[in-house]
Amino acid sequence: MEIEENFLYTKEHEWVSVEDNIATMGITDYAQEALGDVTYVELPEEESEIEQFEQFVSVESVKAASDIYAPMGGRVTEVNRKLEDNPALINKDCYGKGWIAKIEINDMDESTNLMSAEEYRNYLDSLH
Amino acid sequence: MENSLNNTPLVDEHVALGAKMVGFGGWNMPLQYVSILAEWEHNRRTVSLFDCSHMGEFIIKGDALECGLDKIVTHTIVDMPVNTCRYGAMLNEAGGVIDDLIVYRKGPQEWMIVVNASNIEKNARHFRAHLKPRTYFEDASFKTAKLDLQGPQSRDVLKVLAPGIEKLSYYTFDQFQINGIHCLISRTGYTGELGYEIYCPWEKCKEIWKTILAHATVKPTGLGVRDVLRVEMCYSLYGHELDETISPMEAGLDKFIDGNKDFIGRKVALAKTPGRIIGYFISNSRKSPRAGNKIFDAGGQEIGVVTSGTFSPGLQVGIGIGFMSRLSKDVGVEIFFGDEKNKAAAIVAKRPFYKNGSFKT
Repeated sequence: MEIEENFLYTKEHEWVSVEDNIATMGITDYAQEALGDVTYVELPEEESEIEQFEQFVSVESVKAASDIYAPMGGRVTEVNRKLEDNPALINKDCYGKGWIAKIEINDMDESTNLMSAEEYRNYLDSLH
Repeated sequence: MENSLNNTPLVDEHVALGAKMVGFGGWNMPLQYVSILAEWEHNRRTVSLFDCSHMGEFIIKGDALECGLDKIVTHTIVDMPVNTCRYGAMLNEAGGVIDDLIVYRKGPQEWMIVVNASNIEKNARHFRAHLKPRTYFEDASFKTAKLDLQGPQSRDVLKVLAPGIEKLSYYTFDQFQINGIHCLISRTGYTGELGYEIYCPWEKCKEIWKTILAHATVKPTGLGVRDVLRVEMCYSLYGHELDETISPMEAGLDKFIDGNKDFIGRKVALAKTPGRIIGYFISNSRKSPRAGNKIFDAGGQEIGVVTSGTFSPGLQVGIGIGFMSRLSKDVGVEIFFGDEKNKAAAIVAKRPFYKNGSFKT
């Protein structure tokens, strides 16, 4: 199971990469593997305000729909429109081209509620 | 995996092939080996092998009318030629569906009934209670394995292993040998593609599975895609479109009901004009309906519930089956699925959704 070293993680298997005050987020390798082929992504509206751990995206696979939660609160500044025509990007490159949204962070301290790569790895181990 | 689940003879094979295993109808079954989309593609274009050993098989010997079999099932069976099969159902006294099933006529007075895995015990009790005393009844479910070979190239694979298979037309069967192992093979299936269901002894199933998979064109395929394929064909699944609270008329089983004969549940089943009826609809987007979603009319009024929903790889949009008010189930009507807060548009469609299936070729 691939884990990006410098990203932060949630228990719901979202990842976030923070640069300045912008958080880019998506779902982890574990999540995309569990979901299977992604067939539809219901993207959030740009400019919408969301709170940390609020449900703001829905990712559908052939057989199921899953709620995705905001790893950090703030304003949605950009969404990955490529997922509209090519949702399989999430399966192919979940930490890169399969990113879902960028959020302008309200409160940097919220990152203390997230796991480091090492903590997330241990968390995954604990699930089995 | 829970200890309470039954295993087919192939559980070790599935695990060794990397299958994701899930509990289904009390059985530990392969959901997928690679991915649902890849397995869909292979089934619709080439040929796939499914382990369906979880399904139930009953053997009944006797004259259909005299032994009571005819009265248990809803459809006409007395005129069935030997070596043909016919789809039907059996009802409780209240007219609800106990199970849907396929009757195989093995001889003038010998029958095999194939039923759903989750209903084996319940069905066996029903048969034992309603067959005439001293009628031969055997629940052969745990000694009969079943492999489904499905896909446009299934005949090409099977004609080498089971010579003479080409003669089988749709919904007929015969006895064959694969590697010297005795099998009953019918030209039936649940995918909409040309295909065969192979019934063989439980302890020989692994050998047949391996022999068929040795063909380069055949790939193992899980129950995940089997469900997608059957929804694309608008085939009902027990527990979704059929159960004991659903009447056969609601479920659209009309043409599998013989109104000219007596059968258990007949009076109630035929008397009811259902207030709701099964319907089929295509989402306007890739957003897919899911079982349990509500169905709304264009005015926002709740008119039904989704029983099965999936993304359709064949249509590249979401598709759904559900029960809805009679007025709204006409082809072309716009409906919405989802919940009060989040609705998506869809159009009521004709069955089947997937029109290019090879099953009758």
